[in-house]
This record gives sequence, structure tokens and C-alpha cells, in this order.
Amino acid sequence: MKRLHVAISCLALFASSAIAAPKPFPLPRDSVYQLPAILVDQHGRSSDWRGRRGNPQIVAMFYTSCQYICPLIVDSGKAVEHALTPAERARLGILLISMDPKRDTPAALMSIASKRKLDAARWTLARPKMDDVRSIAGVLGVRYRQLADGGFNHTSALVLLDADGRILARTEKMGSVPEAEFIAAVHRALRGAHRSPGFVDRLNR
Amino acid sequence: MRRFIACWLLTVPLTGFTAGAADYVKLPGGRFHTALKYEDIKENMRVAPFALMRKPVTNAEFLAFVRSHPQWRRDRVASVFAEPRYVSHWAGPVTLGPAALPQQPVVQVSWFAARAYCEAQGARLPTWVEWEYAAAADEMRRDARSDLLWRERILHWYSQPSNRPLQRAGLQTPNVYGVQDLHGLVWEWTEDFSSLLVDPDNRNQGDADKAKFCGAGALSMNDRDHYAVLMRVAMLSSLDAEDTTANLGFRCAKEPK
Repeated sequence: MKRLHVAISCLALFASSAIAAPKPFPLPRDSVYQLPAILVDQHGRSSDWRGRRGNPQIVAMFYTSCQYICPLIVDSGKAVEHALTPAERARLGILLISMDPKRDTPAALMSIASKRKLDAARWTLARPKMDDVRSIAGVLGVRYRQLADGGFNHTSALVLLDADGRILARTEKMGSVPEAEFIAAVHRALRGAHRSPGFVDRLNR
Repeated sequence: MRRFIACWLLTVPLTGFTAGAADYVKLPGGRFHTALKYEDIKENMRVAPFALMRKPVTNAEFLAFVRSHPQWRRDRVASVFAEPRYVSHWAGPVTLGPAALPQQPVVQVSWFAARAYCEAQGARLPTWVEWEYAAAADEMRRDARSDLLWRERILHWYSQPSNRPLQRAGLQTPNVYGVQDLHGLVWEWTEDFSSLLVDPDNRNQGDADKAKFCGAGALSMNDRDHYAVLMRVAMLSSLDAEDTTANLGFRCAKEPK
């Protein structure tokens, strides 16, 4: 049913792009970008995550002082990258959103990005506003609680978004051996994105 | 407290009372012993003073909100914020109808919708511990939880079949703070519902669970006699933010004036 729904809305989008109206397409109702959220990245740049519309994304939540599983979240993102061709890689964004905006300053985010040698062309580490953390977790299906020592108890997931911010797949398998099904979904998403570069350009404007 | 209510009554004619005008009472807060067991919290929690709605939000109040915020109409709402059953018992997107009487608490609302409603009032959803603190009181005492008769009274409601029509909001005797309907009417969203990480199976303490809940383990119950609290937590912990149910409503909280 969901797939049918996606197919129909894709058809509708292609039909309307054939008419070539240069105005942006309305955001699908099942897009996570229905939620406005200003993020500040590792370079200190501030932007609404809705600006990421146009390319498929892998999104996860994490925090920099996390010792055990957050390094695994980075490993998982890298593992997805390794499974892709260079051309595919160039079309995918990887977004790690902090659940600890108080402590995860751009400098703290940058130190993880450097330490883990994350390519800034693809990887964005960012903190949302305090008030937005639980809503972002809500649309991504992540649960968390801050502990007395400042750490977090949380669920971990990589969430695959299509170019319009619709959730295509998620994996809760963390580490350097990715789930084959998830990788297949990423390949499919990137093929979809490749077929309509003009469409994607218009969305970015 | 009486002065607070008197002031509120005075301002009603001036501000123009609508279905959306909310009635809050002040709760003093203080040290509170939660029935939940957190591995990282050994002492009692401190609840800051806050204000809480006397009654859960009603259909009439929620309808007024939907009218003034049409992005929350069920025919327009983004599906990431509300599943298809969102206010599906209403006769239409802006019509209540026979299955949703104006004074009944609104149900079939998602966490996102409840949060948006409270935000529009300059308020927020209560946290779990605020809700639990308010709900520990009975008519006479701030903490009635050790009273077996009171517990039985609360549990009695949970044993009722949930397919009967809901009572109107505000019929119950107020508790010692002046708050009504915390038990025995509907379940209620909390701001931090998704922080209630309950291990679906306490017997599994292996790697799989560590991977699911990073850091300290999932919460468990300090006092298994608080069965009503356990059921609330189990229910909230099973929900996603866009979910709605036929018995789940909400009320708002805010900082005390």
C-alpha cells in the first residue's frame, strides 16, 4: 500500500514536472521535512534541514560524548558509504543529529568529524535547537532519555530518506557490517535520484 | 489558590472566554519518589513548581484549535505528525458529531498534535514525572499511593471495558491540588513519552539490549504495587509520536505565574 502510494505520488510528480512549472513542489505529507528544524553544523553554519531536500539522506541521532554506541553509528554510516560506487556516494548525504545540543557545540562536532575523517562533502554533524530534539526524534522514530550523568539512554537507527524526506528504510543494526536489505534500499534510492536530476535541481532552488 | 481562581474568573469576561481558554492550577512541586526505577537516579526526584490544566482538553477545545490552525485538520495534517486514525471519530474535519461530544476529552490525537495545541496556548505537555506527581494525590492527600483502598479505586477503572462512551471531562472530584480526571477517564500524553524506554523483555540483558538502549539499562519499576503507573508507562512506551488511540488524550502544563 505504501509502495503504491509512493508510486502514485512519483507519477504525479513526474507528470507535473513535465509541465515544467519552476515553483517548488509541495512537500509530500509523509515527509519528515514537514517538521521545520534549524540545525547548526560542525562548521558553525546554520540552516534548516529542509534544505537537504533534493538528495537522498541517511539520518541518525547521536551525541559526541557517547562512548559505546555512537562510534558504532559512525561506523554504520561509513559501512554504507563503502558499499556504494563513487558516483552513488556523491549523491548521498549523511546527517548525524545531536540529541545533546547543550554540549555538542560546532567545535565538539568538528572534533568527531576530524577524528573519524568524515568527508565534509557528504557528512554533516549538527545540533538542533533544544526544543526541537524530541520532535526530530519523533519523526525519525528514535527514543531517548538523558541520564543523571549527562549521558543518554537511546535507541539507535540509520534512517534512509528519499529526496523528498520520506522514510524509505531503517536499520538498527549498528557497526561495520551493514544489513544487506538496507544497502539494497540505499542503491534503489540513489538510482531514483539519478533518474530525475532536473527535478532535484528545481527542488533545491 | 483561591485568589488564583478568583483572578481567573475576573479576567474571563475581559479576555472573552472561548472553548480554547484554559484553566490551570498551580502545583507546588518538591521532592518526589517516582514509582519508576532508573539506574542512574538513586534519590528522590525534584519536581519544580508548575501549573497544570484542571481537566484534559475537550473535543470542543480541540475543535477551536483545529479551526484556527487548519494545518491540524484531519484532511490536511501531515501524515508524519498524525496517523490516519487522527480524530477519526469526529463527524468531519471541523465537525464533532454524535461520537464526539463537546465536553468529552479529545482522544485519537497524536503527540505532535497535542504538543502543537499546548504550544498554541503558550504552554507545553507535562513531563512524565510532573504527571506522575500530580496523579499521586487524592482528594485529601498529596501522596495517597500507599493507601490500598485508593489503589483499588484506580485499578477498578483499568478493569472496565474501554469500549463505553467516555464521560465528560471535569465530573470527578478534584484532587488536593484541584486537578481532575487524572485517573479513570483517559490516558494522557507526556512531553517525554519517548524517554520511557521499557525493555520489552526484562529477561534479556545480553548484547541485543545493550545495542538497543545505549548506556544504562532500560527502566523498571521501584514498586510493582503501583500497577496503574506501570500500565501507563507500558502504554506510552509502546507508542510512536504520530500514533493515536481511542483512550489517549492530553492536558497541558506551563510554568507557574
